[in-house]
Amino acid sequence: MRLNGRSLGITAYLVVLILPIYWLLNMSFKTNDEILSRLSLWPHQLTLANYAHIFNDPAWYLGFLHSIEYVTINTVISVTVALPAAYAFSRYRFIGDKHLFFWLLSNLMAPPAVYAMPFFNFYYSIHLFDTVWAVALAHCLFNVPLAVWILEGFISGVPREIDETAALDGYSFPRFFVRIFLPLIGNGIGVAAFFCFMFSWIEQLLATTLTTVNAKPIAAVMTRVYSAAGMDWGLLAAAGVLTMIPGAVVIWFVRNHIAKGFALGRV
Amino acid sequence: MEKAINNRAWFFVLPVLVFVLFSSLVPLMTVINYSVQDTMGQNNFFFNGIAWFQNLLDPTTDIGGRFAAALVRNLLFSFVVLLIELPLGVGAALCIPRHGWKVGATLVLIALPLLIPYNVVGTIWQIFARADIGLLGYVLTHLGIAYNDTQDPTSAWATILVMDVWHWTGMVALLAYAGLKSIPDAFYQAARIDGAGRWSVFRNIELPKLQKVLVIAVLLRFMGSFMIYTEPSIVTGGGPGESTSFLSLDLVKIALGQVDLGNGAAMSLVYNLITLTICWVFFTVMTQLDRRKDV
Repeated sequence: MRLNGRSLGITAYLVVLILPIYWLLNMSFKTNDEILSRLSLWPHQLTLANYAHIFNDPAWYLGFLHSIEYVTINTVISVTVALPAAYAFSRYRFIGDKHLFFWLLSNLMAPPAVYAMPFFNFYYSIHLFDTVWAVALAHCLFNVPLAVWILEGFISGVPREIDETAALDGYSFPRFFVRIFLPLIGNGIGVAAFFCFMFSWIEQLLATTLTTVNAKPIAAVMTRVYSAAGMDWGLLAAAGVLTMIPGAVVIWFVRNHIAKGFALGRV
Repeated sequence: MEKAINNRAWFFVLPVLVFVLFSSLVPLMTVINYSVQDTMGQNNFFFNGIAWFQNLLDPTTDIGGRFAAALVRNLLFSFVVLLIELPLGVGAALCIPRHGWKVGATLVLIALPLLIPYNVVGTIWQIFARADIGLLGYVLTHLGIAYNDTQDPTSAWATILVMDVWHWTGMVALLAYAGLKSIPDAFYQAARIDGAGRWSVFRNIELPKLQKVLVIAVLLRFMGSFMIYTEPSIVTGGGPGESTSFLSLDLVKIALGQVDLGNGAAMSLVYNLITLTICWVFFTVMTQLDRRKDV
């Protein structure tokens, strides 16, 4: 009886969750005529034209490439610089450590809208405006602190005796860090990379503010369908469906660590 | 065991410091700069003292009234979001299957909305809520409910709330699930021997163990809803009227839309300070909890 209640609960939750996504998927396979003429629960005239349009129009597929480029650059930078810092926060006490940690976290909490205007001016003046680097660096604002926070949680889960034993065994610190320590926190690195990817991929305000033509992310390209000729609903839906795929692929790799990851390695 | 004191650890932190300074402090200085200056056009700026701030914090002025209204609106929104998402997320976590392939499948599905770009979330709900082509709007309208998310403030609020619940409850559920997983089976067995009912198991075993992850959930959800921008900007554009114009929407309208640098900068700083204060309170609570656990 109790088991039934539980399966019923989770099934209801998942159905409500899937419904809006299904609706988008449904629309992406319809022609605009069908979308506008009647409400149908599945496509009666199945068409792939919307997807074909995206894959054949450079403005569209370049948008995807730009997004993937800055997300990748940002993830690599964030995790790389966060690793030693997280180790320091987890293992040592040093002057100003608590204040520094709080200051880092406070950047995670800063509303991107606050930074939209100054970033625009700043990246313009250093000639990085409208490049993928501008977006990748701007996203460091919240992704570097986030990576430090997550990795610190995972590193604190590794007993300190391991560091000491390695030192006694004659490992130099860099060799210990790369050969022994990194493999130990492999899950944590995966989870941190996943979160950096996720937050950079879904953030739109800064990404669209910092680009105009050459590095336009997919989100900005999507506004093109709100143009003069009325809404191209089918095309918009197809682009929306495609933006979900990278997330779904990445999440598959961390599926076993996802819960612990969302708890920032702190359970 | 106490951590070793080692000030050379600063070298480890240095790269992080450089990157975050580059992308946080330097731009922030521009805002501070604008917030104390006024312009006569043509890039002629002169020092203006704290006039922008005085205006902003005085609810009788135009901009002050606008800011106060957006702040109240946003606090109310965040409060309702927490009120709905926390119990719902914990409830969902309690329902997640415990064994087999269903666990992974459920977790991936629950996390799916979290990985959809904000503007696409907005697009999904913009379409879903339309009375002519969207399932939700169509069904509601045909049930005789006066629903229109672009004309009626109540519908607009309801749509944005439901959208946020749809978008982020999964995060609370995953956090709560992680907390539940950390409870050893022995606890449940002991409870069964004592003849504890479902409620008493939840109240005395599960809830205390969830405390720590729930603080993280409250923190992340509060901040997320307090800086919500893209989703409402697509679904309602802050309207009808100003009814869903939350702080970020208002700020972007002023700073980037009207290029009102002085007001925009002052608003940025006050907005940031409010978030920071609330963040500090949560952080203090969290470190207190950490310490209590260590003892």
